[in-house]
Amino acid sequence: MKILVPVTEVATVEDEFEIEGTAIAEQYLGADLNEWDDYAIEEAVQLQEAGVADEVVTVTIGPEECEQTIRQALAKGADRAVRLWDDALEDIDLLGVDAKAELLSAVVDDEDPDLVLTGVQAGDDAFGATGVSLAATVGYEWAAVVNHLEHDFEDGVASVRRELEGGVEELTDIELPAVLTIQTGINEPRYASLRGIRQAQRKPLDVLELADLGVDESAIGSAITLTEMYEPESESDATIWEGGAEETAGKLADLLREKGVAQ
Amino acid sequence: MTDILAVAEHRRGDLRDVSYELVTAGRQLADETGGELHLAVISGTVEDFAEKLNREGVDAIHTVTDGEEFNHDIYTQTVTQLADALDPQYVLIPNSVNGLDYAPAVGANLERPLITDTIALTTEGQTLTATREMYGGKVETTTELEGPAVVTIRSAEWPKAEGTSDATIESFEPEIDEGAIRSTVTGFEEVGSGDVDISDAEVLVSVGRGIDEEENLEIIHELADALDATVSSSRPIVDNGWLPKNRQVGQSGKVVTPDVYIAIGISGAVQHVAGMKGSDTIVAINTDPNAPIMDIADYAITDDLFDVVPALTEAFQ
Repeated sequence: MKILVPVTEVATVEDEFEIEGTAIAEQYLGADLNEWDDYAIEEAVQLQEAGVADEVVTVTIGPEECEQTIRQALAKGADRAVRLWDDALEDIDLLGVDAKAELLSAVVDDEDPDLVLTGVQAGDDAFGATGVSLAATVGYEWAAVVNHLEHDFEDGVASVRRELEGGVEELTDIELPAVLTIQTGINEPRYASLRGIRQAQRKPLDVLELADLGVDESAIGSAITLTEMYEPESESDATIWEGGAEETAGKLADLLREKGVAQ
Repeated sequence: MTDILAVAEHRRGDLRDVSYELVTAGRQLADETGGELHLAVISGTVEDFAEKLNREGVDAIHTVTDGEEFNHDIYTQTVTQLADALDPQYVLIPNSVNGLDYAPAVGANLERPLITDTIALTTEGQTLTATREMYGGKVETTTELEGPAVVTIRSAEWPKAEGTSDATIESFEPEIDEGAIRSTVTGFEEVGSGDVDISDAEVLVSVGRGIDEEENLEIIHELADALDATVSSSRPIVDNGWLPKNRQVGQSGKVVTPDVYIAIGISGAVQHVAGMKGSDTIVAINTDPNAPIMDIADYAITDDLFDVVPALTEAFQ
């Protein structure tokens, strides 16, 4: 079985930041492996360790700078990586779900995986839709928000649990090939070992442009335009206690006693 | 093409609140586009659901009897065919776990752009302006798109529609391709039962990502002991396996309404807030004065929890 894991490098933001136009000023931004994708990689690597998967391939849409994040995925056990980028993508400030699905679908066509595992959402744009959109585009079956996956795949079926709202889980059987979007908590993502980090440097990382994928530039022209970005207005009318920890803890203790706590 | 098609959501025999919120959002867009608001209700006891959904502002309800519970293959095929038949400008779907399990497929089938998790919408002519959050709620954005689209709405952002209407209720019979149904729901399971029911607690000491390490939870347990309170948490603590699932407060955990909720090192993501905003008194201890938890806190200490929590425990010993 071959597993493809779409992995995103997300922008992280410091507690204090400034906005310039429709973007957060660069000096307040960091970059990290998307938290949800980390769980997807772990699930794929565990399937490989269990002898179920023969190969784990990651695919990332992003410029050369994100290769460090891709190497993180390789260091955790993925076998090789594909990175998609093109000059045509440089100026798009918000790549739409349909465009991402279009790009990734070309890689699915090339790689022909049995299973695609990816995070439920990306921590920055938070669309939460790429996995299912990809499945529909390539004609795979799918399941969104999976928090448990049985590793036996009897008769080409993935038995999953989907985490619904309010502490209810849905048990569903999904025919392969399929795309599963992975929720945090499904496993415990590993830290990359030093040996893994060293090995990751030598693993293949292919870079593909639109022409290599046979994708026309018009397919990635996003229908969505980001027009404004601002900090949400604080609705806080909280009483803020000032002072040192002793003093503020004392005020909170007074309040709690007033409320009858611990009496 | 000015109408709105909104797809109701139900689970285990009950319509979910977001279905009524969709009616409000849909009516607003229908007024702005000058079209009608059509609802779809799919699978289960649809006649009963249609009666309940017949609220003010609804023009038509399409009932589809295929399926018992939510199955994304049936929903995808049905909504795609309904949209083909009605040609609505916007298809509105809840931004729920199930909504996210079929809305993107509907968007792909219809070759329409998809915009998810919207918290406000307005339309003028062919332009839809959607407000969304990014970076875990640190910023809000407005995005514009032209022409028809599939849109998911976040729950609890629009009021629930009230009143009654005399909408036409019609059965819609999609041509379901059985061969394309490749998923089967085999059951449901309640999770999170266990030794303690946090929804019964009067005082909750709730801990989040700010605690950093599992061994640091000790100071939280000590505080809870001193206050005779129960320990609960936000999602990352449970994901890390530091506390069992039955302690998780939030959308996918438990909804709690204690007299006092002390949120320690919890930033207040919308999914968490959904589970605890009904608490009588909310106290936040967090280093970030701009954390979303501050918006719903009644009292706040913006300081290091590792200084404040032991001091508070000491005050009660």
